[in-house]
Amino acid sequence: MYLYDEIDQRLVDERVAQFRDQTRRFLDGKLSEDDFRQLRLRNGLYVQRYAPMLRIAIPYGLLSSRQLRKLGELARSYDRGYGHFSTRQNLQLNWLKLEEVPDILAELATVGMHAIQTSGNCVRNITTDHFAGVAHDEIVDSFVWCELIRQWSTFHPEFNYLPRKFKIAVNGAAADRAATFVHDIGLHALRNAGGEVGFRVIVGGGLGRTPIVGHVIREFLPWPHLLTYLDAILRVYNRYGRRDNIHKARIKILVKERGVEKFRDEVEAEWAHLKDGPATVVEEEIRRIDARFTRPAYEKLADMDYTNVKTPFTAWMKRNVHPHKLPGYAAVSLSLKKTGVPPGDVTSDQMERIADLADHHSFGELRVTHEQNLVFADVRQAELHGLWQQLRELGLATPNVGLLTNIIACPGGDFCSLANAKSIPVAEAIQRRFDDLDYLHEIGEIDLNISGCINACGHHHVGHIGILGVDKNGEEWYQVTIGGAQQGRIGKIIGPSFARADIPGVVERLIETYLGLRDSENERFVDVVHRTGVEPFRKHVYANLDQEPADRRRALAA
Amino acid sequence: MPTLIRNRQIVAEPSPPDLVVFEPGSENADDLAALAGRIGTLKVIAVNFPKYGDGRGYSIARLLRERYGYKGELRAVGVVARDHLQQMARCGFDSFLLREGEDAQVAFAAFDDFSEAYQASAARPMPLFRRRTRAKSGSEPD
Repeated sequence: MYLYDEIDQRLVDERVAQFRDQTRRFLDGKLSEDDFRQLRLRNGLYVQRYAPMLRIAIPYGLLSSRQLRKLGELARSYDRGYGHFSTRQNLQLNWLKLEEVPDILAELATVGMHAIQTSGNCVRNITTDHFAGVAHDEIVDSFVWCELIRQWSTFHPEFNYLPRKFKIAVNGAAADRAATFVHDIGLHALRNAGGEVGFRVIVGGGLGRTPIVGHVIREFLPWPHLLTYLDAILRVYNRYGRRDNIHKARIKILVKERGVEKFRDEVEAEWAHLKDGPATVVEEEIRRIDARFTRPAYEKLADMDYTNVKTPFTAWMKRNVHPHKLPGYAAVSLSLKKTGVPPGDVTSDQMERIADLADHHSFGELRVTHEQNLVFADVRQAELHGLWQQLRELGLATPNVGLLTNIIACPGGDFCSLANAKSIPVAEAIQRRFDDLDYLHEIGEIDLNISGCINACGHHHVGHIGILGVDKNGEEWYQVTIGGAQQGRIGKIIGPSFARADIPGVVERLIETYLGLRDSENERFVDVVHRTGVEPFRKHVYANLDQEPADRRRALAA
Repeated sequence: MPTLIRNRQIVAEPSPPDLVVFEPGSENADDLAALAGRIGTLKVIAVNFPKYGDGRGYSIARLLRERYGYKGELRAVGVVARDHLQQMARCGFDSFLLREGEDAQVAFAAFDDFSEAYQASAARPMPLFRRRTRAKSGSEPD
């Protein structure tokens, strides 16, 4: 956990006072609806379909047990006793009263939390790999760099009114677990031949209406230049990004319209002026930030042998337990994808129990993943069985991480005023159709993502199977894509949209196609799609679709 | 009438700007390089904010101050509201033509919203982390 110093805390406290004053002026009629909108969005406050929604920042997904307890308490006092973890590693509360939001923010500030820049056309929460600091393939601890960027982006005076929202992801390991190719800026930590740390800089990726895979504009940026280079990119974007059309305002459109080479030249020309200037990062600052992170007091342990354990513990071990860089430890995923529970939802009671478990088993810390699960990063292997039993009682041990029912979904039409269609009932219908655990494990690794509209909060473009809610003359329809991947591949549409009731059957046929085509258990669904293309899947899905057995339809209707 | 404020005071008779960047209704671009030669001769440069959420002017201000060394009055005009002021000041503006309906007395408080800032800016070229380092090594923080 990064521990605030006096200045970090003061700025958050001053933000609360500022927003309290803004809210008061709005309620007194001294601030117009439009002006207040700009201000409240920068504090994560949306006015939603039924009530205001507050998006609370969880910087780079790292959370302490104390903070989680506070979130549970706030969800109980101000909301309906639950919260929703989003794909951006944030927590959303859905049923608030506008006039109470300053008090909620003041409560959050007592545990070093806030909702700063979780919305609005500014730099949003920085995201990273949820195995940062414990992964075998770590190059750097990305949390330190995320915190450096968090401070740089917080109230940046020049970049608070960008053409559109701006999302930055940092990956510190060999494998990209931060989806860096579909962010406005993606940063990959690297070491050069001399062992020095730097970053590969990727710009202009993104999902939404125009999904685009980002472009590498610099192969190796030595770390001292990180912030001046970010300043240069943001400045070019702030000056020249389109402001005439909200759908063309993201940096990806600027990069596309300018061409990657020209865009890079402009950034490099801007950077030439900023390079080696006062914003150049100094080693002392990296050491200072690093030292403000609490670190687990690891013991010297040996790895345990779990080869002879029995089901269902085996299934959980296989899916929800992940390797740790140190012997004797493991990282554990808490699945928030139990059938019948909206993906990412956690009750206040669960939050408090999870906080207790984190204290006992993972040094009082946990992470929120962009797959909307939680991770205990530092669990002793000897405690896995005990932890599993307790998680089962809480309904958080569904052994489905990486499997079909680990569905990523936005809140959709049940909550969100932007949505064209519901996503939560679709997720549930799929989970119910695939309720046979053996079959799920047989199918193997697959990412299924659902977005209720083209804004793509459920990241459907990068799902191995992506489902997008679309509106056709006021009716909810669903478009299906396959072959997307978080590592930077955009899925392809298989054909015309489907009615909601058809979706579980469509997924079933996609899976049947896959099982018939795969050359071994090691060839994943997405690998087969990349090998064969969309055609065999399309053929099977649309063949006699109207002749689906009537009893199945009835079952779905019921 | 919109009110001009400078140094937390109302300016009674503002002098007209020598130049308006993003002038309303004109195609005038923000080609600052073309302006560089005569920047020393200008006394008042205004930067127009056509909309509440149009942030181009912040970059223009920093460039004028930090790259082109402009020392004269830098005036924010257009949609300039209380809640913009502190970030405008940090980017180098030193006078503010408040839009119609803004209360100057209420606006003065905006400059105290935040007592610190992490970033380098026109108003304070050293980012917080550099000032921390300096303070520690004994020299004066700026």
